[in-house]
Amino acid sequence: MKSLQRSFKELLRYPSAVASLAIILVLLIVSAYTLIAIPYGEAIVLWRGGENIWYQSPKNAPPAWTNFFTSKKLVETMIFNTDDEDINKTYEVSEAGNQTVTFEFPIDYQFDTFPQELTLFTKGTFVEKAPFISIVLVTPDGREIRITDFAVQKTGTYRFSQDDRLARRVGNQFPHEAIFAQPGSDPLVPLKGEYVMKLSLVTFEADSDVDAELVVYGQVYGIAGTDHLRRDLKVALLWGIPVALAFGLLAALGTTITTMSISAIGTWYGGWVDELIQRITEVNLVLPLLPILIMVGTFYDRSIWTILGVTILFSIFGGGIKTYRAIFMQVKESPYIEAARAYGAGSGRIIFQYLVPRIIPMLIPQLVTLIPSYVFLEASLAVLGLGDPVLPTWGKVIQDAQSNGALYQGLYYWVLEPAVLLMLTGLAFAMLGFSLDRVFNPRLRGI
Amino acid sequence: MTENNVVVDTRTEHKEGKLLTIENLQVWFELRRFGFGNAGYVKAVDGVNFDLHYGEAIAVVGESGCGKSSLMKTILGLNIPTRGEVTFDGTKISGMGTKGLKWYRSQVGYVQQDPFGALAPFMTVERILEEPLIINGVKSKTERLRRIHKTMEEVKMFPVDDFLNKFPHMLSGGQQQRVVIARAMIMEPKIIVADEPVSMLDASVRVEILKLMRGLQETHNLAMIFITHDLSTVRFFSERIFVMYAGKMVEKSPVDELLDDPRHPYTLALLAASPEPDAANAHTYKEVPPGEPPSLVTPPPGCRFHPRCPHVIKGLCDEKEPPEFLTGPEHYTACWLFQSEQA
Ligand SMILES: Nc1ncnc2c1ncn2[C@@H]1O[C@H](COP(=O)(O)OP(=O)(O)OP(=O)(O)O)[C@@H](O)[C@H]1O
Ligand SMILES: [Mg+2]
Repeated sequence: MKSLQRSFKELLRYPSAVASLAIILVLLIVSAYTLIAIPYGEAIVLWRGGENIWYQSPKNAPPAWTNFFTSKKLVETMIFNTDDEDINKTYEVSEAGNQTVTFEFPIDYQFDTFPQELTLFTKGTFVEKAPFISIVLVTPDGREIRITDFAVQKTGTYRFSQDDRLARRVGNQFPHEAIFAQPGSDPLVPLKGEYVMKLSLVTFEADSDVDAELVVYGQVYGIAGTDHLRRDLKVALLWGIPVALAFGLLAALGTTITTMSISAIGTWYGGWVDELIQRITEVNLVLPLLPILIMVGTFYDRSIWTILGVTILFSIFGGGIKTYRAIFMQVKESPYIEAARAYGAGSGRIIFQYLVPRIIPMLIPQLVTLIPSYVFLEASLAVLGLGDPVLPTWGKVIQDAQSNGALYQGLYYWVLEPAVLLMLTGLAFAMLGFSLDRVFNPRLRGI
Repeated sequence: MTENNVVVDTRTEHKEGKLLTIENLQVWFELRRFGFGNAGYVKAVDGVNFDLHYGEAIAVVGESGCGKSSLMKTILGLNIPTRGEVTFDGTKISGMGTKGLKWYRSQVGYVQQDPFGALAPFMTVERILEEPLIINGVKSKTERLRRIHKTMEEVKMFPVDDFLNKFPHMLSGGQQQRVVIARAMIMEPKIIVADEPVSMLDASVRVEILKLMRGLQETHNLAMIFITHDLSTVRFFSERIFVMYAGKMVEKSPVDELLDDPRHPYTLALLAASPEPDAANAHTYKEVPPGEPPSLVTPPPGCRFHPRCPHVIKGLCDEKEPPEFLTGPEHYTACWLFQSEQA
């Protein structure tokens, strides 16, 4: 215990170790947060839910912070809902006994571009006679643009861009652009300022009402942006952290521990046991892991646990067997092992209490450096279309980006975000591994 | 057969007589040529006989590679004899079975040459001493600690608690060797086997360690067999001395008898080569042996020392192996020169 503490203190002398520990700590905190804030079930729904989950987000929108780096301010997604607290409905009863309901959506438009799309989702409450809605947009310079009017059904979707009449009214332009433009400009130039969308409806029944939601689809969205299905990449990027860490750690631990045990057993017993292990290793070393995983994924199962199991299985008899064997061969001849035999220690005890602990200091740095290689492996499999079919992971984001031509469309964020996270994770573990090696290795000289 | 009963035996009765009998012991190591096929045998021990009595210390001397360690490891049950028998207290160890062998191993303590190498570097002193107890079924932690404390006091590591949590690298060579001795003693064995127990220690602590071992041997009525190269101290720390040459015992005798009246030409040569020969007899040990030690794979026929022997008798020494001749009180010499004395 004390020596562990000492090693840790020594480790903190290396700035790279401190940096990598900080990165790993952040990754751990974020994955803990993710697992709590977006539990598995919710993540699956958010990632695979379908149009009714993602309808509020724009398509292929870069993250909102890209606005900091561009001189043009891109439209951010804005959502207005009659359920919001600051939206007040005013009710008035006319002489005819009809009720008029009015409400306004104030749109603060300070952008240099136009929204991707503008959609009004409506939900009418009525028994027989549908309420009637009319929409007017008041521009900052005082113009009133009549948008449309229609009878509100139980549910309705009004897409500004697809209203031909509105298009004609605004001079045969895209309506969702033209209404935010300076009058007479060609090409269209946005008019910044406070817009007010006034919605007034007439209801013909008592208790009849309309709930509305206006979505101004921006060109940027959230902290991570969205993909071709309007999905928020944040979900996949956040979930990718625990998945990557768990896969990397489990695979690294699983392979290292079993490899070391098998190697120790072979070295200790020698003879045919050792021969067998060596031959299996030699054969296995020339078997390519990736094609095997691709075959398993294609013909059997693509679940991350299957892939993890197969990965561990094939990595056990890797080069590690030979490396550890070389060390064990030396340790095996140590006088302390001979002494243990002389006082009656059995083979099992000698292997796991005398041989294995001797190489643990060497093992820890190796294990840590192994983690990123398995994280990358999982990502590569996902890119090849063999990722877990359910879980959102970094690899799958890259695969989606690639198969939807993200780079041709200039959607760099789509590829860069998961790639940067992968590199960061890899870098952190690699740096930590190297520092650990420096801490532990001087003590290995004795072996 | 719990070790506790056995210990009581040793303590109370202070038995005498034969504890360990070695009969015609041969330990051969197979030589392999590139991993395939037999290329002969290294005859590290080739026909050794002796008895070890309760409470007796025997020193084994001989030049490097003559098979001393191989003999010790066979007594410890680490090497399996090619031929011959090791009999402990009337039971042949070859017939003991796994359980019996484990018990036998608890009855034989082992002190190695390199104390640092003999201690697992990742174990504390407490764990090191606890291991034999755990392995030999001492279940209770308090009992284990009691025995650790008792043994540590016996090897004069005071105060015990200051040492228990130390790792071997935090101890001096002498302290390390005391821990090794404590580990050998912890099962309260009847025999201690020591392979050059002080040769890697600082000269200043050698005598101290030898005295400690001698003291333990006397209080516990331990039989001890140890290898040494230091003929100057042998007289004080052992009762008998065996001279080994190329896998065979060439001379076996009580210490004083051998040092005062060495008989075998090889013994004479060995004593002459000794860095601190007994001053009184210095003049008698003048013959330095010419040539190299013989190959253990193809040892010379007849007496193995004959190619280097200044007194070789042609037609006898190079053809027939000499038997052991009684050349003094309990003094046996395997050399044809003493054929007549026998008669
Ligand atoms: N396990 C083994 N396999 C093969 N040969 C061995 C083995 N152990 C010992 N030998 C050989 O047996 C011979 C005797 O070795 P041993 O270690 O018994 O000598 P020794 O008398 O203890 O020498 P030293 O004084 O140098 O310790 C040597 O030639 C050695 O190479
Ligand atoms: Mg030796």
